[in-house]
Amino acid sequence: MSLAGKVALVTGASRGIGQAIALELAAQGATVIGTATSDAGAEAIGTYLKEAGAQGAGLKLNVTDEGACEAIIAQIEQQHGAIAVLVNNAGITRDNLLMRMKDEEWDAIMDTNLKPVYKLSKAVLRGMMKARWGRIINIASVVGATGNPGQTNYSAAKAALFGFTKSLAREIGSRGVTVNAVAPGFIDTDMTRGLPDEQKAALVGNIALGRLGEAREIADAVGFLACDKASYITGQTLHVNGGMYMN
Amino acid sequence: MENIEQRVKKIVAEQLGVPETDVKTESSFVNDLGADSLDTVELVMALEEEFECEIPDEEAEKITTVQQAIDYVSAHLAK
Repeated sequence: MSLAGKVALVTGASRGIGQAIALELAAQGATVIGTATSDAGAEAIGTYLKEAGAQGAGLKLNVTDEGACEAIIAQIEQQHGAIAVLVNNAGITRDNLLMRMKDEEWDAIMDTNLKPVYKLSKAVLRGMMKARWGRIINIASVVGATGNPGQTNYSAAKAALFGFTKSLAREIGSRGVTVNAVAPGFIDTDMTRGLPDEQKAALVGNIALGRLGEAREIADAVGFLACDKASYITGQTLHVNGGMYMN
Repeated sequence: MENIEQRVKKIVAEQLGVPETDVKTESSFVNDLGADSLDTVELVMALEEEFECEIPDEEAEKITTVQQAIDYVSAHLAK
């Protein structure tokens, strides 16, 4: 198992894509720390990891709390050792037409989907540089590449991850740390389950494979980028969308 | 026990992959020893570990020569 003995941190791991990623990294032998915004969520992560026979724990992390990102990295490193794999997955949506968008909706997306990626990546780099090995994987979105009406805030934050990924990959590539993004298309999760049926049908009509994706299929892409088989891939965005967008 | 100057020079040589004899007190990491900006960040990390101290970013940015590193460590350890 290629991640045996390594510590992985997955934000937003209580359900959906984050949960699938946490389980995939655990299956590769990593000690997985998953974060959630509530105590109940953190507990749920601890439970499913235990059921899977995995090493690891769930922790509460509200990424917008001042100093919380730095504190949780310090806590994990003290308890489990340096973090080798960081998956920036936590994210929210605050959809609205731009003409109706409120500052709070714009700021909530930037504060939750973008700023913690900067903070967490910065905090794990010391350990990764010392180890001369590390993986930072940012979960972006197809809408960062295609755009989507009602999601100017969300797509702007997701597109920002592409630039962040490329610049950081260039900064630290010489130290054996790779930085990549995975851009999911429409995946069957709580986030998309709320969509009306007609809208879903229209969406599926644009997907070459003719179906929504499963969280597992995103986790497999992340698992690949995290393992040694992807050692020569950095600064890339891997689109996993059933062919709804091809770049 | 080696003195601070010797310990700093040894770390600089190790981190930057240069012979210890090339590391003079007046040497600039970037101009004389071929360091890039990331090398200097790592060098400060190594100094923090060797001397068990934390060098704040705004102080770290001012350490660009071997002498400045020696001065910082000497002043800090004296406290």
